Amino acid sequence: MGLSYEASKAIANKTIIILGIITISEVIFALLGKGYIIEGMHFPLIVISGVMILMSIVKAYLIVYEFMHMKYEVPGLVKTVILPTLLLVWAVIAFFWEGADWNKRRTLIKDKNQEPIGLIDNKASTQTGMLIKNIEQ
Amino acid sequence: MAETLTHTETDNKDLWDGGKAPFKASYGKLMMWYFLLSDAFTFAGFLIAYGTLRVSMDTWPIPDKVFSTIPDIGLDIHNKPLYFVTFMTFVLLFSSYTMVRAVQEGHQENQKGVAFWMFLTIVGGAGFLGCQAWEWNTLINLEHMSITRSTFGTHGEAGVYLDENGKPNGEAFGPETSYLLHKIDVSTHDDHGHGDHGDHSHGDAHGAEAGHGDAHGGHHYAAPGDYKDAYVDEDGFIHRKFMVTEEGSVNKGQILHEPFGPKAFGALFFFITGFHGFHVASGLLFLLIIMINVMTGLYIKRKNGYEMVEKIGLYWHFVDLVWVFVFLVFYLL
Repeated sequence: MGLSYEASKAIANKTIIILGIITISEVIFALLGKGYIIEGMHFPLIVISGVMILMSIVKAYLIVYEFMHMKYEVPGLVKTVILPTLLLVWAVIAFFWEGADWNKRRTLIKDKNQEPIGLIDNKASTQTGMLIKNIEQ
Repeated sequence: MAETLTHTETDNKDLWDGGKAPFKASYGKLMMWYFLLSDAFTFAGFLIAYGTLRVSMDTWPIPDKVFSTIPDIGLDIHNKPLYFVTFMTFVLLFSSYTMVRAVQEGHQENQKGVAFWMFLTIVGGAGFLGCQAWEWNTLINLEHMSITRSTFGTHGEAGVYLDENGKPNGEAFGPETSYLLHKIDVSTHDDHGHGDHGDHSHGDAHGAEAGHGDAHGGHHYAAPGDYKDAYVDEDGFIHRKFMVTEEGSVNKGQILHEPFGPKAFGALFFFITGFHGFHVASGLLFLLIIMINVMTGLYIKRKNGYEMVEKIGLYWHFVDLVWVFVFLVFYLL
């Protein structure tokens, strides 16, 4: 480590305080956004998720770069560890995309199950046709 | 050696020709990094599976309702969303900090300092595991969750609960309202059997809280069966009945009973937090072994700045890092 004992101790103290503050803010923000602190107050889901994910990534950065000393490692070592994890960005996008699609299908099947039976009896062929058409959309 | 890291000299052409350490890290430390990288993918796989299943369902237990109990310290143990898990997070963060201090003392070749800070780290880790054990115990024994059954559910549509005559009792709820299925003790058929601590819960929309406890209080579902205000299944779970009042819904006016929550929830929760807890537990074992080695003076002879402490430190921080994301995915979102 290029840093002196005193300097690295100071950084560790600073980092743990920042991590604590971020954690507290996350919890307060979660409770605030879901209406626990101020009755009836709600933030949109995308705002809550965005802020939470951002704060967690900052926490992850601090843990990896300061506590695990990644900041003081040779660039080659940093790349071999950090670059592969970037693949996870696509994994998240791809799987959530797929999950959202399952949700659409579940909803469609549920809706179809709830249609009045008489209607299906009378126009059986049309109903089946519509089902296929809807899935394809 | 690992402890003299600088960013300089990459023009050295024979750096990779052998005999040197191009990453300025020992074999053990480098391999610890790559093990952690692979472990990160394992955890990411689990958490992504959770997220995928969650977005694929139209209802999901609301975390603030599921994780809203705290140990009995003289306060009401219910309706404390996220309090306990925040405490757990701080316990783990604290043990991560003490680990950093142990590594720093190691660079100073300060044997006593290393042992002291490692001891605090072990205390923190054990405290975290204890908290997790309490949380699991509450979920399993009081709230009757299992890996194939989620007693926490969420209403998809607005409605109103029924009273014991089968008429709406004025206890209305909106969509996205969370509930907990309580359980009677079917083995004894005892009138007192219906109660458990989960009773005054956890549940229910803002403002509907009071009605919930009362509706149950006057009731003894002595045995499984179909009651006017609830359906009690073979295992003794009380599925309260309600009338759908959602405008424009095809179900409007129908009498339904509360179903179980998504099956996957219990399995995902216990497997992911369990896998993380397993990492904490094995980390504790290694910390203990290395602390004993520190105290017997093994690493003094090595004269490498307590590198073994640094390696277990990497692992320990990783456990904390994973918790950041478990906390995010399970509790915050």
